[in-house]
Amino acid sequence: MSLLKEMATRDRVFDFLTPRTSPVDVTHGPILYLEDVSVSFDGFKAINDLNLTIDDGELRCIIGPNGAGKTTMMDIITGKTRPDSGSVWFGSRHDLLRMSEPEIATLGIGRKFQKPTVFEALSVFENLELAMATDKRIFPTLAARMSGETRARIEEVLETIHLKEWHAREAGILSHGQKQWLEIGMLLMQKPRLLLVDEPVAGMTEQEMERTAELLTSLAGRQSVVVVEHDMGFVRSIARKVTVLHQGAVLAEGSMDAVSSDPKVVEVYLGESDG
Amino acid sequence: MPDSRSWLARPFTERSTQIFLAVLTLSVLAITLLHVLLPEGHPLHVSTFTVTLLGKYLCYALLAVAVDLVWGYLGILSLGHGAFFALGGYAMGMYLMREIGDRGVYGNPELPDFMVFLNWQELPWFWQGFDMPAFAFLMVLLAPGLLALVFGFLAFRSRVTGVYLSIITQALTFALMLAFFRNEMGFGGNNGLTDFKDILGFDLRTDTVRIALFIASGVALGLGYLLCRGIVGSKLGRLSIACRDAEARTRFLGYRVERVQLFIFVVSAMLAGVAGALYVPQVGIINPGEFSPLFSIEVVVWVALGGRATLYGAVLGALIVNYAKTVFTGIMPDAWLFALGGLFVLVTVLLPKGIAGLFAQRGWGRRSQSSAAKTESASGSRPIEEATA
Repeated sequence: MSLLKEMATRDRVFDFLTPRTSPVDVTHGPILYLEDVSVSFDGFKAINDLNLTIDDGELRCIIGPNGAGKTTMMDIITGKTRPDSGSVWFGSRHDLLRMSEPEIATLGIGRKFQKPTVFEALSVFENLELAMATDKRIFPTLAARMSGETRARIEEVLETIHLKEWHAREAGILSHGQKQWLEIGMLLMQKPRLLLVDEPVAGMTEQEMERTAELLTSLAGRQSVVVVEHDMGFVRSIARKVTVLHQGAVLAEGSMDAVSSDPKVVEVYLGESDG
Repeated sequence: MPDSRSWLARPFTERSTQIFLAVLTLSVLAITLLHVLLPEGHPLHVSTFTVTLLGKYLCYALLAVAVDLVWGYLGILSLGHGAFFALGGYAMGMYLMREIGDRGVYGNPELPDFMVFLNWQELPWFWQGFDMPAFAFLMVLLAPGLLALVFGFLAFRSRVTGVYLSIITQALTFALMLAFFRNEMGFGGNNGLTDFKDILGFDLRTDTVRIALFIASGVALGLGYLLCRGIVGSKLGRLSIACRDAEARTRFLGYRVERVQLFIFVVSAMLAGVAGALYVPQVGIINPGEFSPLFSIEVVVWVALGGRATLYGAVLGALIVNYAKTVFTGIMPDAWLFALGGLFVLVTVLLPKGIAGLFAQRGWGRRSQSSAAKTESASGSRPIEEATA
């Protein structure tokens, strides 16, 4: 009977269809926890018994040579790829392997792609509007109106990502670096607990890089940030803790100095890039 | 640009929509008046034949708007929208058949002629209720809507997109065409439904009814256009453009792309159904030919010629191509397809954004100067030079 009554109320979707969103529980330690995760594509082990924990509010850099499994790891966390074995937990309450991409995004994991992906036909302002954390079902979206509060929030983010003067322009005409920022801005609009940032400074000038480093460090503390990056100078400028991935598993972990003096790391990665 | 008006009120403030509605209303009024007021034989008199022909064009225009909604704004190239158009048409046709009553050739008060001819004893279950206009008109929306819902649910859930989806929609309308050709289906087979007499008790062959149907088509086009403008101007419209251009990104923002696609696809199918329902009483027949894949492709050509993702472009394309078709098939029937092909090539080469691209250059685009300026002052930020590259 109560189910019938529920189906009669038209202003909301049935209970069993709404995503299982409950607050993320980090009282028992890390915000992200990957244990013994493995995945292979056509026999190639992209991720091989990967163990990784990210603490709440931490800024972590992940480095590793091409094919080390960095992007695959992000795919697993965001629900795009399902691992063959292992477990992935967000806080101590949410099993990410049982959730879909939109559910994971709603839960508070935001992702910036390797190649900047913004909605090129929409304006910068509209890009941020769509990213905003709000009711994302069909009819609320259709009926959504621009409130002063929303506008203020968007303008705040526009300020943060230095795109205020560009807000009415189509995102397609932005420079590569500006698109990267816009995408970071879209992540901020989602108010995520955890930000996954794939190569944020690719194609940026020195000055833009500095600003990005500033931006990411200022986010840490309030949010947890995981940065995958190739640019060693950039990693050195922001990293407190670095994880080195190699052949789908963690090779070393620690401060940038400790990691870069690790002979194993020098051999597989730093040695290569130096030579 | 996002603003604080409700999604249904917003279109009325857009310049392109105001112009569209004004032109549509004035044209429909003018044609009606020229038909009613001027005596036959007057050089400016619009004949009943022409009025009905224009009514048919208006139905095609509504169908084109429906296709533009899914193709232009959602990126789903449906090559099977004729199926929804035809289903709406059949729902209307079934009502018109029942309305004939015992005035058919065989004089059976219950069964349409073709059923008597096939020696059927009683009305099939799916013909029940079609004697009630309200039920039939509901079916005009529900039949195409339901088909789109089931088809879309399966396709979008499996993330079928692009060319594959286009081919499946093509297969859908082809399969329906073959099915409706069969006499056993109970929809009149090859001949379809025809010999209609009345609609809502009024004789279909009278001038007044013809004019009324023409006006109804104009009203339906206006309302359908407003509905679509409301959707594409809302946040949902921007979301649908987001799904079109970067589906994965949209998903990672927490939107359920497949539901956006399903919703807009169903709305579009229903609009196509309404277009078909108004088309049938004006042409006086509905047969499986309307399911023909070629027809659906032709609709896509109208939209491409008129200009995608503008809605008014779809209307222009439908009107221009169909007018050209009428003229050409009158002069040189064999040359029509060559002319259509030539027109398509010309527009693609010279006007990549379609005919609507001409207007957009003059500031009729999605972001009209005035609305951009309004947001400017509302947000209180410093003025920005307007450049829509």
